[in-house]
Amino acid sequence: MNRRLTYILMRLVRSLLVALAVVFLSFFLIRLAPGDAAEVMAGQSGYSDATYIKDLRAEYGLDRPLPVQFWRYAKAVLRGDLGTSYERREKVLDVILQRLPNTLLLDAFALIVAIGGGVWLGSVAARRPGSAGDAAVTFLSMLFYATPQFWLGMMAVLLFSIWLGWLPPFGIETMGADYTGLVRLADVARHMLLPGTTLALYFMASYARLTRTAMIEVADLDFVKTARAKGITERQVQRRHVLRNALIPLVTFAGLQASILIAGSVLVENVFSWPGIGTLAYEAVTARDNPLLLGIFIVTAVLVSLFNLATDIAYSIADPRVELAA
Amino acid sequence: MREFARRFFARPATVAGFAVFTLILLVALAAPLLFAHGPFSIVGMPLRPPGSPGLLAGSDVLGRDMAAGLAYGARISLLVGVTSTLCAAGVGVLLGAVAGYYGGVIDDLLMRITEFFQIIPSFVLLMVLVSFLEPSLGSIVLGIAMISWPQVARVVRGEFRALRNREFVEAARTLGESDARIIFTQILPNALPPIIVISSMMVGSAILTESALSFLDLGDPNLLSWGSMIAGSRSAMWVAWWTTVLPGLAIMATVLSLNFMGDGLNDALNPRRRER
Repeated sequence: MNRRLTYILMRLVRSLLVALAVVFLSFFLIRLAPGDAAEVMAGQSGYSDATYIKDLRAEYGLDRPLPVQFWRYAKAVLRGDLGTSYERREKVLDVILQRLPNTLLLDAFALIVAIGGGVWLGSVAARRPGSAGDAAVTFLSMLFYATPQFWLGMMAVLLFSIWLGWLPPFGIETMGADYTGLVRLADVARHMLLPGTTLALYFMASYARLTRTAMIEVADLDFVKTARAKGITERQVQRRHVLRNALIPLVTFAGLQASILIAGSVLVENVFSWPGIGTLAYEAVTARDNPLLLGIFIVTAVLVSLFNLATDIAYSIADPRVELAA
Repeated sequence: MREFARRFFARPATVAGFAVFTLILLVALAAPLLFAHGPFSIVGMPLRPPGSPGLLAGSDVLGRDMAAGLAYGARISLLVGVTSTLCAAGVGVLLGAVAGYYGGVIDDLLMRITEFFQIIPSFVLLMVLVSFLEPSLGSIVLGIAMISWPQVARVVRGEFRALRNREFVEAARTLGESDARIIFTQILPNALPPIIVISSMMVGSAILTESALSFLDLGDPNLLSWGSMIAGSRSAMWVAWWTTVLPGLAIMATVLSLNFMGDGLNDALNPRRRER
């Protein structure tokens, strides 16, 4: 128990270091953009004479030495102050938090579909390595690795919304319908089906491959032979013994995939006009709203590292044999 | 060489990948000859379906030749894919080699950095980079290289760690060769196979990343790429499927053929590590 606690603490420290590195990186990213905040503000207000810009620089501390500026910036970010959106004149963090739940909903749905579908496909493929089903799973996963996710989403719209007319092509709910309660929930679910599945497909391919490999590896181990020798059905051997042990590496994998999930989410949200932080990032790009875009990077980075922390902890609990080294 | 070719072409998928890729490469190279008018010029009525007179792949929302767009788009995709991979491989090999060869603090630091890049949402970071630097061919290549070098560094570091204490390296050391000489003339040639394989895969993922950036309006505004063709045709999706379907298929075919060739290279260069 003590070792596990140390392990969790080490991982926590690592997450904090990642967060600090993100702040450090962001501080330098700001300096990549031409012109500093004072020039942008002066430009927006219409007064762009030199003394006004100089006053603004002094007011925001932009004339101070870099380390001092960094210290102020780091303090602000750690307090949750990510600046003000140029375009919306609202706190960046508030804007992001408004949209974040929609993204989390979509990503959680996609992750569940991807793991469920991927584990199922992978275990089908692993049962008979080299069979037609196995080859099909391998080929499909190669195909999905090579498909741009945003294009896959557009193809889904083309097929299911335009040609078949089954599902709504965009949005999170029917505009102006003002549904409430369960009806609204069903409406949101209907809207989530296409973007969620599009997002899930790529990861489903990865999970299928991983499950297949892990199950084939586990199937050769002694305890599986013992289970067979006990005379239980093959189905039970596969489900109780092989699959369960093969699932453990999937937990870590889910953590490692989190950053790719965010990337996919940005693209898929934009295809389906899903009002999450992915569409917000696009709005920030087109409006040249730098503080907002950078804020989205910081928030998603912190979320992903927290998710990684969670999967690491889950892994240490799921597998008592795990090497609890940092 | 003949042995290499035999192993490379052992799988039908690799042969198909090689054929498709050669075709795409030829079209990309010949684009200015095939379509002298360039991808931006208006050649006819908008939204003509594929197979209309003079329009093999139809026309887009503005009446531009889709076939010309696809051919010129191939140039951008391959250019971005190859140059960003070369940059990433250059940085990755250098840092990975130093970390793997010397170990110690440098190694620890590099591993923390690669870990950092694995954890953070690198696509969002790329969006920030390209947007802050202004979208251009240069900033896109730089950005993609910046988020992908750690993968190469990891692989190279592993190879160097495995090779640094082998007899031939010890021998070179005994002969008094400098560290730089040992790294570049002794170890690196032996570490090349996995570097080549991972690079061929990275070209494909760089092409996907470039198309995603273009789709989000973060492509070079002066160039027509497959991603920007898809983004520009979104409004026409309801009436003209080919405007979005064809550029997407082009991306898919390119990336798939690159990945199949990567598998072939893996078979040809790492015969002992097959079937992993």
